[in-house]
Amino acid sequence: MQLVLEKRAERSNAIALVSPLIAIGLTIVTMVILFAVLGKNPLLALQAYFIAPLTDGYSLQEIAVKATPLVMIAIGLSLCYLANAWNIGAEGQFLIGAVAGSWIAVKTQGTDAGAWVLPAMLVLAAAAGALYALIPAICKVKFGASEILTSLMLVYVADLFLDYLVRGPWRDPHGFNFPTTAEFDPVATVPLLIEGGRLHLGSIIALLVVAAAAILLGRTIKGFEIRVVGAAPRAARFGGFNANQLVILTFAVSGALAGLAGIIEVAGPIGHLQPGISPGYGFTAIIVAFLGRLNPLGILVAGLFLALTFIGGEQAQIAMKIPLDVTKVFQGILLFYVLACDSLILYRFKLVFSNRQVARGAG
Amino acid sequence: MRKSLLALAAGLLLAGSVSAASAADKLKVGFIYLGPIGDLGWTYQHDVGRLALVKELGDKIETTYLENVPEGPDAERAIEQLVRAGNKLIFTTSFGYMDPTLKVAKKYPNVHFEHATGYKRNPNMSTYSAKWYQGRYIQGLIAAKMSKSGVLGYIGSFPIPEVVSGINATILAAQTINPNIKVKIIWANTWFDPGKEADAAKALIDQGADVIMQHTDSPAAMQIASERGKLAFGQDSEMIKFGPKTQLTSILDTWGPYYIARVKAELDGTWKSEDTWGGLDSHMFAMAPYTNMPDDVKKMAEDAQAAITAGKLHPFKCPIVGQDGKPVECKGGDHLDDGQILGMNFYVKGIDDKLPGK
Repeated sequence: MQLVLEKRAERSNAIALVSPLIAIGLTIVTMVILFAVLGKNPLLALQAYFIAPLTDGYSLQEIAVKATPLVMIAIGLSLCYLANAWNIGAEGQFLIGAVAGSWIAVKTQGTDAGAWVLPAMLVLAAAAGALYALIPAICKVKFGASEILTSLMLVYVADLFLDYLVRGPWRDPHGFNFPTTAEFDPVATVPLLIEGGRLHLGSIIALLVVAAAAILLGRTIKGFEIRVVGAAPRAARFGGFNANQLVILTFAVSGALAGLAGIIEVAGPIGHLQPGISPGYGFTAIIVAFLGRLNPLGILVAGLFLALTFIGGEQAQIAMKIPLDVTKVFQGILLFYVLACDSLILYRFKLVFSNRQVARGAG
Repeated sequence: MRKSLLALAAGLLLAGSVSAASAADKLKVGFIYLGPIGDLGWTYQHDVGRLALVKELGDKIETTYLENVPEGPDAERAIEQLVRAGNKLIFTTSFGYMDPTLKVAKKYPNVHFEHATGYKRNPNMSTYSAKWYQGRYIQGLIAAKMSKSGVLGYIGSFPIPEVVSGINATILAAQTINPNIKVKIIWANTWFDPGKEADAAKALIDQGADVIMQHTDSPAAMQIASERGKLAFGQDSEMIKFGPKTQLTSILDTWGPYYIARVKAELDGTWKSEDTWGGLDSHMFAMAPYTNMPDDVKKMAEDAQAAITAGKLHPFKCPIVGQDGKPVECKGGDHLDDGQILGMNFYVKGIDDKLPGK
């Protein structure tokens, strides 16, 4: 006797739409049980996680700030994943973008360079991110190397390169040998949208990126090509679409967006280049991309939702002394239910009693 | 916009004070931690300090902590969250929180901040740290006595002055016992990563080191040294249970007295921005019992500890010769001054390695 997953002959569109909601509902039920076991009032805990951060302007700003890099990177990744190109190295492209953009900031420091500095930083960061992403893309197209491995390994190269720069040539001369560049000049800083707050221009750029991706995928032939190459490679070949070209294109776009997110983070909330500029944005964005079902609007919602769990997790730690680990368990459970619900829409469990049936089930 | 935000903030504050009236005006004290409180090293010791604080003043204060806060863009938000939750005195316990703490401090002039191991201050932001190099000096003496191979293994975290001064103090002490002592240094580039720390310890032992010292926070190196039958020093906290036959001593961070003193000052209204850099005499840190060594070595260590505590022995006593063979300028009379130690950016003669970034 065996349990097998069998593909459903037909799938219900209504269920596909409510599936993420079911997942969130199940997560909340699980969390209520967990809070109760921990001896915390579940209602107050849920309030601290989900309601409190949405009720004041400060937390809303923080959610937007946290979601900005996640959404930008995830949009780029979704294009890759739709086209069946597996870019796992957005973290590295993020870091390289941050480094490239910071180069201009460091070189113009203390000079009377004008308003061109920030735009130049953004452009250079995007270009550097794209070039860095092209390394695994070209290795895949030319030599058949697994882009999953090469893009992932380049993350560590970027990390160490940044490390070398801030400990060596770019180190703040007045910083007691601590590994950081000097604070960027005002012309090299992303402007704030609200004085005294932390919301910055990057969040607007992220919204523009979401809109552009929605148009690209929904309204253009290129977007159609991306989706067909991913969903039906054979059909795409018959249709004359060049899959290799799309690998190059989607990697470049995704690298550019990650690089842009990197410089916006450094020239925005951080204000200088230092090690540890990313708490794993490039990897968390993979979760965001799938949570948003590789759909631009879905990614926007997923990015905001994940940011909410971070901010809410902190407020729960402060208000209810709920340990950080619970927040991590919570994020893990959420992802688990989302994937489980999705699987159960496409597949169903079946108990099989003999080998013949297994063979048929698998066929 | 700004006015309405202010009004909103005032409203929230009012609402908050009404509902919190039952908490009887307890002073709220917040802590930001780099690692998990279960790291058994740096963060653990800060939390031990916090618990000592609660034990002493628990009826007058309420403490809150945020753990595992990365030293990047999240730190500023985490600190501000504590401010907004009503904390009036906030300890940020890692060097990388320096700029975020300063940013938040400038924004909230009525809240007091205490930043560990940094150098930037503000009228409402103090700094505090300990002269751990004094403990390193004692460890250097012990290591040179106990090493049979004459090679010490040193796991560095980041090549910042605090760590570099620790390495220099160790080797200066060791040279007084064995002028030909060698030290192998591996930079783990992390404060807390048990896997990397264990790998570094293995590599050092493979290169002939038989006494392992570390400036990273987990007991992993102690465990490896214990498995391989070598000797080691703990870090931050008592690690003897990870190497009962291995640990020689450990530098114990004892933040409790400082935290209690600062919170008392806050309660009395006498808190002001200060730069505290305490040594063995001020109990900012202590040495774990000297174990796994003969009595004469133990006596030597205890004598050195007493001499340093009494101010009779300074680890950076001049003349000090740099790696390039040139004597280092002696700004503190007969020893290096605090500024030179706090900004230490060179190796002393006898270290057969290159300082990263030089």
